[in-house]
Amino acid sequence: MNILVCVARVPDTATKIMVGSGGKAIEQNGVKYVVNPYDEFALEEALRLREKNGGTVTAVTIGTDANVDVLRTSLAMGVDKAMLIKGDEPTDSYYVVANIAKVAKEISPDLILLGKQSVDYDSLQLPAMLGEMLEMPSVSVVSALTIEGDEVKAERDIEGGKEQVACKLPAIISAQKGLNDPRYPKLPDIMKAKSKPIDTREAEKTTPKTSILAIEIPSKARAGKVMEATDENIDEVVRLLNQEAKVI
Amino acid sequence: MSSNILDYYNIDELFSDEEKLIRDSVGKFVDEEIIPIIEKHYQEGTYPKHLTSKLAELGVFGITLSEDYGGAAANYTSYGLAMQELERGDSAIRSFASVQNSLVIFPISRYASEEQKRKWLPKLVSGEAIGCFGLTEPDYGSNPGGMITTARKTENGYLLNGAKMWITNGTVADVAVVWAKLDGVVRGFIVEKGTPGFSAPEMKGKHSLRASVTSELVFEDCEVPAENIFEVEGLRGPLSCLNQARYGIAWGAIGAAIAVYQSALEYAKSRIQFGKPIAQFQLIQEKLVWMLNEITKAQLVCHRLGRLMDVGAARPQHISLAKRNNVDMALQCARLAREIHGANGILGEYPIMRHSANLESVKTYEGTHDIHTLILGQDITGLSAFE
Ligand SMILES: Cc1cc2nc3c(=O)[nH]c(=O)nc-3n(C[C@H](O)[C@H](O)[C@H](O)COP(=O)(O)OP(=O)(O)OC[C@H]3O[C@@H](n4cnc5c(N)ncnc54)[C@H](O)[C@@H]3O)c2cc1C
Repeated sequence: MNILVCVARVPDTATKIMVGSGGKAIEQNGVKYVVNPYDEFALEEALRLREKNGGTVTAVTIGTDANVDVLRTSLAMGVDKAMLIKGDEPTDSYYVVANIAKVAKEISPDLILLGKQSVDYDSLQLPAMLGEMLEMPSVSVVSALTIEGDEVKAERDIEGGKEQVACKLPAIISAQKGLNDPRYPKLPDIMKAKSKPIDTREAEKTTPKTSILAIEIPSKARAGKVMEATDENIDEVVRLLNQEAKVI
Repeated sequence: MSSNILDYYNIDELFSDEEKLIRDSVGKFVDEEIIPIIEKHYQEGTYPKHLTSKLAELGVFGITLSEDYGGAAANYTSYGLAMQELERGDSAIRSFASVQNSLVIFPISRYASEEQKRKWLPKLVSGEAIGCFGLTEPDYGSNPGGMITTARKTENGYLLNGAKMWITNGTVADVAVVWAKLDGVVRGFIVEKGTPGFSAPEMKGKHSLRASVTSELVFEDCEVPAENIFEVEGLRGPLSCLNQARYGIAWGAIGAAIAVYQSALEYAKSRIQFGKPIAQFQLIQEKLVWMLNEITKAQLVCHRLGRLMDVGAARPQHISLAKRNNVDMALQCARLAREIHGANGILGEYPIMRHSANLESVKTYEGTHDIHTLILGQDITGLSAFE
């Protein structure tokens, strides 16, 4: 089974985000980047499927040379091949999908795995757009997966419950938390990953379908307020909600 | 993988991708496998045995060892970062890894015969074999050169007599690296568990490093084969091992300091007294800033020391400075964090008292704080204050 895993490089959720000088992107200075947490589930699932069925796992990322670090992490976890689609910072989801679709057409994987969303811009568009572009079934937000032959059974998290979905390979699966417990890259594998080749190719430019006008940080951090349980405070809560928070 | 490492000066930029990956991988292991269970083991005074194979699997035994013997062949900076993360969990686990890497794998890889290397190194890396290092004796701690354990040449090997004390992992070890005097000269020997005349009773009642096993090693006409002797003579042998371990401890102390700092910062922001978070009081801020300040300096010292180690340019005195500074600052951080946590600081619910008590041992072992002062004092004045 040949599997393509899409891996995004995103700011560490623990870092403090600031708006860059242009007002349309985040300030990258001092920001730590990591593999998108949902993509770790996708990587782990791909590795488990390979361990069971054989085949090759290829990790692909799109971005600048800086993205090599997420490929090294993927290699250290155990993927066989790593590919960098090198271009400017992605302009919109369409650009990312068009470039990944191009690679997918070339290597025709049986399965494409990716995180349900990347935790930077949270567009949540990739799995569906990729399905459309490749004319493949796309199952999103999957928290349990079994594949027998070319029969795929996926369990999806839906509001207040679970949904069982079936489709056939080739297919696209986007991973939700809980799908598995991603492995720790082992130290010897981290060292070996250092010298593995990265297949680098140029990204194809696309006309942006959407553009970012501005990004901003919520003006005031929400500070919680704890009040003692007295009758006067009930009036005070109502007053605050009305006059300060202006929600009632 | 999210790293929650305090990095005020963006020192991350100074590390390579694989160094950061090693740190973050070990860090994640510590967050998920060590921190949730360690307090219980600390309270009960037990080493979490199940961790040995997991740590081996992660690859933290044999970090700098060549791949020929199963090691990861990583650099010293990576080794240091791994120790930092382990000690962010608990000094006992870092001690276990320090002994295995620096005090057992290192001397065997450097001073043992090829046959002994093939016999022990792969097993020590895979965690199948646990090692220990016996230098200290009941009457010779800071002054190991005075040791009275002896080795005598026999027809087939060497006969060991004497006793070691304070030996980390002694009781659980499959193999002991033991230092003894042969014709008045300090020599190293490999002693296998089960060798007649060798026993290793556990020392009980520690108030520090409670999740680590500490033992006596007793040798009563214990004969080891001739091939078990190391190719090194004098105190140079054990001191070369201690240098490696002290280097790791300098990094480890940063981990413990980060753990108590982070806990203190969180606590100070949420604990309300006199109608405000205590973090708003100047005295509390001063304590937090002191910790931040000292941790940042320690990180820079270790980064530089790591780079010196990586090119083979670190002198033992450089390592003394880092061990001395960093362990002391970590202990101060633990005490300040204890104050900030008020009464809660003494509870097992917070990591403070555990780190604080552990660091008391760390300040003493591998050359006490004061002994490192004398090493540095001698280096800069040319005058020895030891005797
Ligand atoms: C938990 C734990 C684990 C350990 N693990 C190991 C191990 O695995 N293997 C091993 O071999 N050892 C181990 N040790 C022993 C450790 O290395 C010694 O405790 C240390 O070297 C100090 O020796 P000592 O305790 O005998 O103190 P002493 O040498 O008796 O020192 C007592 C005090 O006197 C001071 N002092 C001594 N000499 C001088 C001097 N010349 N000038 C000024 N002050 C001086 C010291 O700084 C100290 O404050 C361990 C210790 C502990 C606590």
